[in-house]
Amino acid sequence: MKERLEELRNEALEKVKKAENVKELQDVRVSYLGKKGPITEVLRGMGKLPAEERPIIGQLANEVRESIAKSIEEKQTQLEKEALEKQLREETIDVTLPGRPNTVGGPHLLTKLIQEIEDLFIGMGFEVAEGPEVESDYYNFEALNLPKGHPARDMQDSFYITEEILMRTHTSPVQARTMEKHEGKGPVKIICPGKVYRRDTDDATHSHQFTQIEGLYVDKNVRMSDLKGVLNTFAKKMFGEDREIRLRPSFFPFTEPSVEMDISCKMCHGEGCSVCKGTGWIEILGAGMVHPNVLRMAGFDPDEYNGFAFGMGPERIAMLKYGVDDIRHFYINDVRFLKQFHHA
Amino acid sequence: MLVSINWLKQYIDLDDITPEELAEKITKSGIEVDSARPIVDQIKKVVVGYVKSCEKHPNADKLNLCQVDVGDEELQIICGAPNVQAGQKVAVAKPGARLPGGMKIKKTKLRGVESQGMICSLQELGIDDKFVQKEFVDGIFVFPDDVEVGEDAIKLLNLNDTILELELTPNRSDCLSMIGVAYEVAAILGKDLKLPEVLIDSMNEDAADYVQVKVENPELNPYYGAFIIKNIQVGPSPLWMQNRLIAAGIRPINNVVDITNYVLLEYGQPLHAFDYDRFGSKEVVIRTAKKDEKIQTLDDEERTLKEDHLVITNGKEPVAIAGVMGGADSEVSQETTTVLLEAAYFDPQTVRKGSKDHQLRSEASIRFEKGVDPKRVKEAGLRACQLLEQYAGGKVLSGVVEFNELEVIENVVEFSSDQINQVLGTNISKGEMEEIIARLRFDYEHKGEGFKVIVPTRRGDVSIVEDMVEEIARIYGYDRLPYTLPEGTGHAGRLTEQQQLKRNIHRYLQGSGLNESWTYSLTTRKRSGLLVSPEVKALNPVPVKLAMPMSEAHSHLRLSLLPELLASLQYNIARKQADLALYELGSVYINRKKGLISLPEEQLRIAGALTGLWMNHPWQKETKAVDFYVVKGILEGLFDYIHLNGVQFEADEVEGMHPGRCAVLKVNGETFGFLGQLHPSLQNEYDLKDTYVFDINLEKILEHMDKVEQFVPIPRYPSVSQDLAFVVSEQVSSSDILEVIKDAGGSYLQKVDVFDVYQGEHMEKGKKSIAYRLLFQNPEATLTDEEVDQARENIITSVKEKFHAELRG
Repeated sequence: MKERLEELRNEALEKVKKAENVKELQDVRVSYLGKKGPITEVLRGMGKLPAEERPIIGQLANEVRESIAKSIEEKQTQLEKEALEKQLREETIDVTLPGRPNTVGGPHLLTKLIQEIEDLFIGMGFEVAEGPEVESDYYNFEALNLPKGHPARDMQDSFYITEEILMRTHTSPVQARTMEKHEGKGPVKIICPGKVYRRDTDDATHSHQFTQIEGLYVDKNVRMSDLKGVLNTFAKKMFGEDREIRLRPSFFPFTEPSVEMDISCKMCHGEGCSVCKGTGWIEILGAGMVHPNVLRMAGFDPDEYNGFAFGMGPERIAMLKYGVDDIRHFYINDVRFLKQFHHA
Repeated sequence: MLVSINWLKQYIDLDDITPEELAEKITKSGIEVDSARPIVDQIKKVVVGYVKSCEKHPNADKLNLCQVDVGDEELQIICGAPNVQAGQKVAVAKPGARLPGGMKIKKTKLRGVESQGMICSLQELGIDDKFVQKEFVDGIFVFPDDVEVGEDAIKLLNLNDTILELELTPNRSDCLSMIGVAYEVAAILGKDLKLPEVLIDSMNEDAADYVQVKVENPELNPYYGAFIIKNIQVGPSPLWMQNRLIAAGIRPINNVVDITNYVLLEYGQPLHAFDYDRFGSKEVVIRTAKKDEKIQTLDDEERTLKEDHLVITNGKEPVAIAGVMGGADSEVSQETTTVLLEAAYFDPQTVRKGSKDHQLRSEASIRFEKGVDPKRVKEAGLRACQLLEQYAGGKVLSGVVEFNELEVIENVVEFSSDQINQVLGTNISKGEMEEIIARLRFDYEHKGEGFKVIVPTRRGDVSIVEDMVEEIARIYGYDRLPYTLPEGTGHAGRLTEQQQLKRNIHRYLQGSGLNESWTYSLTTRKRSGLLVSPEVKALNPVPVKLAMPMSEAHSHLRLSLLPELLASLQYNIARKQADLALYELGSVYINRKKGLISLPEEQLRIAGALTGLWMNHPWQKETKAVDFYVVKGILEGLFDYIHLNGVQFEADEVEGMHPGRCAVLKVNGETFGFLGQLHPSLQNEYDLKDTYVFDINLEKILEHMDKVEQFVPIPRYPSVSQDLAFVVSEQVSSSDILEVIKDAGGSYLQKVDVFDVYQGEHMEKGKKSIAYRLLFQNPEATLTDEEVDQARENIITSVKEKFHAELRG
């Protein structure tokens, strides 16, 4: 019987070894370890054995059974692994084929810039103020120290609708309107982005419609050095920490003193190149201390309050910062232009 | 304003500063110098030569063979100029010379004869045609006799000059004169100033015996001075004067005209010289023009005048348009011997009107329009008399015949040094301020802790303390201002609800695949009324047209963002971009009254236009063209994102839209936009294929948005889903069935989704099947079968009853 068991073991192990799939392996299990299998048969015939041999044969039979079961199990694991490997090999795809497009759109470059500037100033305690694009002559000019007959308010330069109503030529009327709402009490700390209109023929550098962002801070004891500090902070955040600013005297009817702000040229770092026309500086914005007439007309007492204001053109900034070469790109909406500025 | 450095050196010592450094300093102190460039490109070795002889070239008819003495040698030069003659002093480019444009002069042979240099025209020396005296335009330039042979012609002709181009802001018209510029530069550099001294030998005769002056409108002409200069010999002006005029961009004409132009540039005061003998009377009468009165101006144009133009007359007829241009009849000519010289102050606005109406912007009108220095009017006249005496042989009659009601106001500004420092954030000492005021050459007195400044009339732009702040700051230097941040009370900035909403909408639409676009607010008349949303149309808006549009394309205010957005689609499609999804967030302008009495209502809207493929993934056979439901899905997602609940899409017709594929959007019963496919005929107009659009009113969204966000517990009990399909007439709309299902479904019905729509084969004609997936849930307990069955039965009964529907097997 001992021999028979060994024989069975060898036979079974051989078959396990030869099994090529789970099915064959299953057959081996059934035929050797099943209730009608030869090992069970051997155990059944154990009654005929002398009593002292029974435990020995019994033990051997169990050993044989276990070793077959173990080998089947091992083989099973191996076969499953192979089968899985085979399946996975068959499932291989060409990872270089294009993915299903998940198209996102994006912001217009002007919106992107305006939001960036808004956020910068919000961080410095400013609020965003808006106002009408179709404006009265009073807010667009008179309230800004540009009385009727002033050379800077030529009919030729503005889109008038009636004698008293026109397309605003700058976002400054929002300043006047906001100050009025404050009824003579500061602080007023706003930036005003928006569309403005001038009677220009559209070409690479002119557009009858464009945008402006103006800022206004009215409070007690505002200093021109505060203007310089705020603009410097803005310029460094917007254009890079290595940029310098300089203020140059200029003239605007609504500020006195008035200045223009240049930033050092990114291309040549102040050495002079074609971008900055050899000066090393690029003009970015106009600014100044709010003219007392403007404060007075908006209900503020210029003896008690003063302030600063500044204004810039997002198109110009975009053209400088991104090298856009034609202002008309901003209003034609060529998707090949729009999609260039989608990146977060 | 063009500023010759060589000229400026007459008033101020500039030997220790280069033109470029000066330009930089002027720019930093307030007047932008656009450019600082040499008057001509590099030039060398051009001298004065004397043409000793001039004969025909043996082998060429049009060439002359000249022997020219250039001082240290004699050169044989072949010259083709028609005006070359023996005895002339000319500009000779010697061998080795360099001329503007890069030309190098070498010895050469012309038709077999050697030529040792070139006799030059002014153009060849780099002077623009338009500045060359008429007699020399077509030939070589001839020097006056008093120049020395061999002298440096470059210096004589001022070709070593540098020109600064000043970009003047409107307040700095004081720098429209060389003297004004000299004051400015002296202040910036802190240097001495040498101004011209005016000394005249007057004759015994009285000007008043020759002319009377009568001003009819003193407010338009508060000062008029007439000078009489006899014995005039008209001829060329001195070379140095011609050079300076050319440097300033004015062509020399003759000594009389050149002198008036020279004084205009020097003093900023325009003058006019009449030929006294051709003036037509002995009285100068200044009045407003009569209606349709005519005058022949210097440029030989006949001009018709208006009643608000100011004219100089001889008592009978106009002889000049005041401050704009003189008349042809009294123009100074070669024959003129007596000059009536006018120095006047004309009202700036009147001159502006005249120059604009006649489209004559001259050096004179530009200065009158800005207002000339009242103190310098007469002085300039005297200066011209002096020059006429010196350079035109003139004898000046004694006295000036004048009308004078000109008020000369000197602005007085008082301030303390603390006041200035407070505004600037600086700590400038009183002494330093005093030095700056002195450099500006403003009169001042010490007063308390500050100054009382008497501003000279040439600086009419300085009238209040803030102006003095600027004067002091710009001379002190803005680069010396410290950087500080506002000390005011801390103030937190943030976006308003509407501004935040706008950003959220941008974020959503961009994330959904749409590209933000910006179109013009001004459009054509036709487009201004196209695709107007029903709730805007209901307001009966009246079109708004610009008074003076630049073109028909941008003449009207838009009432919808869509027409220009469609034009953007058209633009892209013409450039082979087929799959497009654009949107814009912007205002439309609603005017409800004829004639625009008050500002139009500006309404923020969001509009989108989509065409072509929405999804394009061909190799996995997944492509999807834009259709109604793509756009509707985008909007539904948007409303969910921004918390706008209860939006209804109602089939309706909107002009310009496909009648069967258009829905109007409503919330709480209020229309706030529409979406759908464009009408095919409109698609054709824009060369578009199937195009879907939406247009919604952002302000209405803000009004109806659910602003409260509150936590709702996550359900702890399982939900049950049930599917139901109904066969109904194809006229029945899904949303109507949905309403009935919701009404009948009881409180446990949480959600209803359409999961199938079928029409066609296996279906009776005119019918369709719609399948709904119902989701039931009781937040407080597990639902029983009975509860679900009951709800299901109620729904089936109601739908069958309301729509003659059948439950589909």
